[in-house]
Amino acid sequence: MLDVRTCGSLAEAAGLLSADRQAHLIGGGTLVMRAVNEGRLTEGTLVRVTDPAFRQMNLGGPRIELGAGVTMAMVLARGELAFLHPAARSIGGPAVRTMASLGGNLFAGPPYGDFTVALLALDAQVVLQAGYGGGRAVALEDFLAARARGGQGLVAAIQFARPQSPGDFRFRKISRVRPKGIAVMTLAAHLPRAGGRIAQARIAYGAMAPTPIRARGVERALEGKPLDAVSLQAAAQAALEGCRPATDAIASEWYRREVLPVHLARLLAGDGR
Amino acid sequence: MLELRKDLFADERDDTLNVVGKSVQRQDMPGHVTARTRFFDDHAFDGLLHLKVVRSPHPHARIRSIDVSAAARAPGVKRVLRAADVPVNKNTLLSLINFGKDDEPALAVDKVCYVGEPVVAVIAESEAAALAARNLVRIEYEPLTPVFDVEEALKPGAPVVNPTYPNNYFEYHERFDHQKLRFGDVEAAFARADIVIEHRYQMSPIEHAPTETNGSIAAPEHNDRYVVHTCAQGLFFSLGTTAKIVNLESNRLHFIGGTVGGGFGGKVDSLTEPLAVLGAMLTGRPVRFVLDREEEMLYGSPRGAERIYIKDGLMRDGRIVARYVRSYFDAGAYTRLSSYAAIKCTAHIPGPYWIPNVASDIHVAYTNRCPSTAMRGFGITAVDFALEVQMDRLAEAAGLDPMEFRILNAYRDGDVKPHRRVAKNTALIECVQVAAEKANWPLSDQARRQSSLVGGGTGARAEIPATVLDQRGQIGRPESRGAPATGTLPAGAMRIPLTKEPVMEGTRDGRAAPVQVPRYAPAPAPGPAGPPPAAAASRPAAPPASSAPPFYPPAPSPAPVAPPPVAPPAAPPTQHGAMRFSSVFGTRRR
Amino acid sequence: MAKLPVQLRLNGADRATFVDPAEPLLTTLRRGLGDFAPKYGCGQGTCGVCTVLVDGEPQLACLTLAVACDGRHVETASGLADGPDMHPLQTAFMAHFAAQCGFCTPGMLTAARALLAHNPHPTREEVVEAISGNICRCTGYEPIILAILAAAAAPGARRA
Repeated sequence: MLDVRTCGSLAEAAGLLSADRQAHLIGGGTLVMRAVNEGRLTEGTLVRVTDPAFRQMNLGGPRIELGAGVTMAMVLARGELAFLHPAARSIGGPAVRTMASLGGNLFAGPPYGDFTVALLALDAQVVLQAGYGGGRAVALEDFLAARARGGQGLVAAIQFARPQSPGDFRFRKISRVRPKGIAVMTLAAHLPRAGGRIAQARIAYGAMAPTPIRARGVERALEGKPLDAVSLQAAAQAALEGCRPATDAIASEWYRREVLPVHLARLLAGDGR
Repeated sequence: MLELRKDLFADERDDTLNVVGKSVQRQDMPGHVTARTRFFDDHAFDGLLHLKVVRSPHPHARIRSIDVSAAARAPGVKRVLRAADVPVNKNTLLSLINFGKDDEPALAVDKVCYVGEPVVAVIAESEAAALAARNLVRIEYEPLTPVFDVEEALKPGAPVVNPTYPNNYFEYHERFDHQKLRFGDVEAAFARADIVIEHRYQMSPIEHAPTETNGSIAAPEHNDRYVVHTCAQGLFFSLGTTAKIVNLESNRLHFIGGTVGGGFGGKVDSLTEPLAVLGAMLTGRPVRFVLDREEEMLYGSPRGAERIYIKDGLMRDGRIVARYVRSYFDAGAYTRLSSYAAIKCTAHIPGPYWIPNVASDIHVAYTNRCPSTAMRGFGITAVDFALEVQMDRLAEAAGLDPMEFRILNAYRDGDVKPHRRVAKNTALIECVQVAAEKANWPLSDQARRQSSLVGGGTGARAEIPATVLDQRGQIGRPESRGAPATGTLPAGAMRIPLTKEPVMEGTRDGRAAPVQVPRYAPAPAPGPAGPPPAAAASRPAAPPASSAPPFYPPAPSPAPVAPPPVAPPAAPPTQHGAMRFSSVFGTRRR
Repeated sequence: MAKLPVQLRLNGADRATFVDPAEPLLTTLRRGLGDFAPKYGCGQGTCGVCTVLVDGEPQLACLTLAVACDGRHVETASGLADGPDMHPLQTAFMAHFAAQCGFCTPGMLTAARALLAHNPHPTREEVVEAISGNICRCTGYEPIILAILAAAAAPGARRA
């Protein structure tokens, strides 16, 4: 039978998680309770965190820090995070957004985890807490690469730099159902420009690999270039580098590969569709 | 907006439709908006137990061993059910009307035939306890070769899916491996046609995806009965099925239903009621068996897949002179309602068109997929899709507008259909005319003047042609599928005469019952090319293809419609029970 | 494993029951407290038929731990009517034929109630967004959207 432990501090929760392999952190519940309801998680301990730090948002400075327990609805309630609103609104309906947390989204398997795609394009760092010690920050990309192994510790918070210009950040979730559907794929891009040329572009995909991934080929193709027909063409050519999409109920691997360059081109061109 | 066109068929309608066009409140609406409507799961019971089943992970496998000892000892577990616990562990849904053989176990016995087939049921104090114990059941399987394609399944040597039907097809009337329709001589008409067009169509399975998943709660009740709250779409159908499987007299079951949280055909299979009642019988407590969402989507029996081949003979002036349909229903591993779907499909052929030569061979094939079942017009939907796409292709081949092409070939009142019945209350022409008008689709004056009431039942349209018969697809003889014709039924013949020999069959309870299917006298002597016997009407099966009949059927004058020229068949001898299900037997009910 | 006590205010009334540690709120409401308005449809946050309000915010009862609701206010569609008087959302749903089988209706009403509490005069797009997590398989969404818009225009729709 499953037990539940409620922890008043992040350190206590992190200690429980590192001491017990059968302990699972439960955030909003949208992943863990599904596993409970479907009988895939029947033994062990669910660890709840009531520490206010878990839901804290530091939005003042150039570097934003969001507690892992911050929900999509909390993101949508803050005007300072307007550039992230399209990503937060793409998650479920209002009831899911009241529950679903940023930290939980990092663990959502494909084709879910749309918000993580946005965070990846923001070069986010994940603050991990293992045991009772202090937190350490790791790159979100590295965290995702190691996700399947598990045991990285408790995700306490997520940090990223605020985009210089909100228009440089773009997000697009491709669904087959309106207004809401599961992702065929999710694309996010951060395209900072210096003197009309792109510097340090970050492009991320969801549902194109077992975890959200960076599109390094596209980033290289855009580096130092103006956003014009030539660079868009080069970006489209490099679009599929590193992709390992799955065939699922939403789309086939073939379809995902075929349409990715089209949607990427629209995203980069700022086409609002 | 909806509009009632009283001008159409005004003289046929007893115009007392005083509700059409008005809003009338649903009587169940106050319950819905106050959340007082009680669905099957909205009933409180003290001591409620929860049942979960262990399902096969293999599409086809022999069960080597089942070990439930750990599950039976798990916390909260009250009872574990295996195949041997089910009193009558073999059933087919239509056995209630004596149609088909029992072929499906409630819990798999020695082999599993599809992914998701129930093997063991665990009954526990809570859902969580049942789920945890379910993980402790150990089943060893020996995987067998599966077959997933309907045509592959019918080939000699294909893996046997369902041991009750070892040739992987449903057996119609104990004679044929498919449902047959024969009217006229399609081969001769194809040979005379200007254009012959054949295409293959396919439809994938479709899940009903009801918001409320399948489920039921069964509880011991006073008077030695069991009360069952269920989402069943056919409440008494489910009661009869359950009574048979748990081996109780049906008056000991008290089924309560009527509120269904979305059905669409997916709640007619009694997926949960028999095991819930059995659980209540064996534990003496209320037992709730509800499919979870994944089970509903993967194992809740979909509308079955179909593959359809249509071959048409077309004249350059747009008349269809022959249509042959060969189709395959994918029943999945067990029959459920696919046998009936194929009959409905046959009854629908050739679509709402008058065609002088029609034949079809509709197969039900077993594959190692989830059994398929009823869904919104099942049996008709896929073949109708295929027929209408084919109609567009024919219109294109004939160089005709697709709307006009349909009006040209539409059946009209008085036409004899391939099932040897007279078309009544036909309205395709008017539907196409109205659709064209609403869509601003230009129709010729001639097409606009056509009427379903005029021109039908004239000349060849009123006659049953001489019909070529064959013995293709005899049970157990796959080599007979391409066999030549064996005889010709004279023109005008309504049916092959019934044999005079009385045949009585025993039923499962040992009482004599009317014969399941009429037995036919031997078919007329071979000789498809020879002239029809003297007794037959002299008119040939199809108008000669070379003659050029008028583009549209001639309108008789004066306007009043002639009475149908073909007398309705004599009522069949009175039988009860199974005869209510008239379409199964091809008898007419009025 | 021992059951845990949970005390909450359900549709304005103080209620208490014992739950399994990992029990979803949906099970507690239905089996523990006898409120059958929230339904089970998917157990995975896809269908919205279990939508309830927890401290005024919409949540999915199937994915909410019951123990996490200790001491909180939970509202379901059972509490929408004021005694014999229906809420404007209910009368609008009736008038617009916004229910057929009725299974999604409690969740739809609750989602709509959450919308109108925050946004008394929503646009059509906002209504669509508000029910985007609620699946209807038979009524069709159009009558539901029209009913919510009509309720918003009716007096007393913000009544929580």
